[in-house]
Amino acid sequence: MAMDQVSTAHDDHAHDHKPGFFTRWFLSTNHKDIGTLYLVFALVAGIVGYTLSGLIRLELAQPGIGPLTGLMEFFGYSGDQAIEHAKHFYNVVITYHGLIMIFFMVMPALIGGFGNWFVPLMIGAPDMAFPRMNNISFWLTVAAFIMACISMLIPGTGQFLGFGGGWVLYPPLSSATGHPGPSMDLLILSLHTAGIASILGAINFIVTILNMRAPGMTLHKMPLFAWSVLVTAVLLLLALPVLAGALTMLLTDRNFGSQFFDPSGGGDPIMFQHLFWFFGHPEVYIMILPAFGIISHIVSTFSKKPVFGYLGMAYAMVSIGAIGFIVWAHHMYTVGMPSDMKAYFVAATMVIAVPTGIKIFSWIATMWGGSIDFEVPMVWAIGFIFLFTVGGVTGVVLANAGIDHALHDTYYVVAHFHYVLSLGAVFGLFAGWYYWFEKMFGVKYNKAIGYAHFWTMFIGSNLLFFPQHFLGLNGMPRRYIDYADGFTTWHFWSSIGYAVTMVATAIFFIGLIEAAIRRRKGAANPWGEGATTLEWTLPSPPPFHQFNELPEVKPDSHH
Amino acid sequence: MTNSTKTLLITVVAALGMLGLAFASKPLYDTFCRVTGFGGTTQIAEAAPEDILDRHLNIRFDANVIDAPVLFRPLQTSMDIKVGEHGLAFYEVSNTSKNDVSLMASYNVTPHKAGLYFNKLECFCFTERIVKAGETKKLPVVFFISPDLDRERNMDDVRTITLSYTFYQTDSFEGAANSAALN
Repeated sequence: MAMDQVSTAHDDHAHDHKPGFFTRWFLSTNHKDIGTLYLVFALVAGIVGYTLSGLIRLELAQPGIGPLTGLMEFFGYSGDQAIEHAKHFYNVVITYHGLIMIFFMVMPALIGGFGNWFVPLMIGAPDMAFPRMNNISFWLTVAAFIMACISMLIPGTGQFLGFGGGWVLYPPLSSATGHPGPSMDLLILSLHTAGIASILGAINFIVTILNMRAPGMTLHKMPLFAWSVLVTAVLLLLALPVLAGALTMLLTDRNFGSQFFDPSGGGDPIMFQHLFWFFGHPEVYIMILPAFGIISHIVSTFSKKPVFGYLGMAYAMVSIGAIGFIVWAHHMYTVGMPSDMKAYFVAATMVIAVPTGIKIFSWIATMWGGSIDFEVPMVWAIGFIFLFTVGGVTGVVLANAGIDHALHDTYYVVAHFHYVLSLGAVFGLFAGWYYWFEKMFGVKYNKAIGYAHFWTMFIGSNLLFFPQHFLGLNGMPRRYIDYADGFTTWHFWSSIGYAVTMVATAIFFIGLIEAAIRRRKGAANPWGEGATTLEWTLPSPPPFHQFNELPEVKPDSHH
Repeated sequence: MTNSTKTLLITVVAALGMLGLAFASKPLYDTFCRVTGFGGTTQIAEAAPEDILDRHLNIRFDANVIDAPVLFRPLQTSMDIKVGEHGLAFYEVSNTSKNDVSLMASYNVTPHKAGLYFNKLECFCFTERIVKAGETKKLPVVFFISPDLDRERNMDDVRTITLSYTFYQTDSFEGAANSAALN
């Protein structure tokens, strides 16, 4: 990429006055600082969500209701009371694990964190279009997370604390019938707040990407990560208001006597499912598309080749986003829809495999014949491609309405969406983390620790989720605290897999601490000739204000 | 107006538009269910069809009550009718409490796909019903199965259709007191 190195160095020298601590981190309008805030926030929320999943695996490691009852006894309940509280607490745990991981870990990290950090850098913009709105988005997300956490601790239904109706929030479990307590109302407020934060963030990204690209950078020359964030932002903009609408109807049903989802007043709870999944299906692409963008850059950088089929890659993401809006009912084949309708949703869902296949094959074609460096981000990226493909294949299986009738709400579904999200999106996150770590923080990480993190995580999460396919095919339902003895073996190994990922997580933090203590000075471009996007033309970390003189992209330069 | 302001306005309008569509989905969804018989929504007809076919169907009757002090039952569990033929069935509701109750019924048929062909000429379920304290009422349903059912390949396996009603107490009487007690 053509870029005036001299002027950047000059800017660095003249304008790098950072504000004081409070102003810098609490009143931040700098896209890089806000990106860092989002990453730290996602790390904290991720630890909470990860701990909740640990409780699930602890409980399911053996049949019977054991560890959670023990926990409840610790909190002063005894006998049957302890068991009843354990059951409700289990429901609360699975619900908040899902919500926290989606809204407060993956989305803030991929979109808020890496999006804020690298979209302006990659398109050669000095900052986001609306820096103050960016700050509002971040702090609203924090407020939403705090409200979600508090809602776990206040009355949900009867004597039980927290909302235990699953992350999909279906009425009547989420209406006054199922959870009359204030917990659900606070959770609705939390999700409204998180939704508004994400919509504001999405607007910011769209305006920035459409209007603030460096001279010469046409949309068709824009790096794929910026493309992925653009598509993601449009999906957020169109999907989240529908969730907001559904949640508002739920709120008025609960508190103001409306009957949108109440059959006694002519409402229909199934309509909530339609509205929820009209948001929910684009939401899963919102979580994975930014990871697609990151993986494209990493594969291209370490194969030392431009990405294969750049335009195809960009428009594959656009079409995944577009088709994502017309397949929602494949999450609800069992509500009793006519076969013609099922046939449509089966066909439309399978069509998504085409652009997704284009992406997978283009990544492989990028690597093909390349001079590949197996640096830490590259092994994470290859791990991503493998795991995402496994999750994609089970997705095609589940797309079939006939099969889904048997597998609906079983562990097969749990295994499927954890392969694409817990392994796909999260591996994309770690790939991006190790790819940009030096750029963001200006220090090098220890590569040996990075590899150790990858291998323990890869082995652990496969051991954790692969057996869940077998459990699901054998009929183990999801969201159950207990199971028949026949499921014991695979549940046990799944929990062992979780223990291995705990080792991986420990290694991740050791790597973080090691890098923070050693403070090896990072290079502007540690990856060499393959790293061609604009962020590598700046020093590491980039100056507080960059591109005061806009970089120019030459007509013949590639992406 | 700068380009950024223009894009900002477009995105804000798009977001608000989607929010509006979410609320518009309520009447749209109701219309959709009525038109397509989705979820076993039955049809309302003005007149019975001319032709009666030789295909027999078994119609079964089901009655449910949620949170209302009434007994509610069908006076026949099932009946055989021909496709296109008039059916007349009775339900009975008795108020066992000392207060008048106001009832509203929700209804559908199973299998859901039969909803499009199940036509009601007259039904107690169209309006709110007030049943006085201690009163017992006989409630008629007049219906027919549309001959279109016979022409639809998807309906070839249908031998039995179950018509189901659920009575709810509407808020105008005790319901209001009940929901106040919840809070």
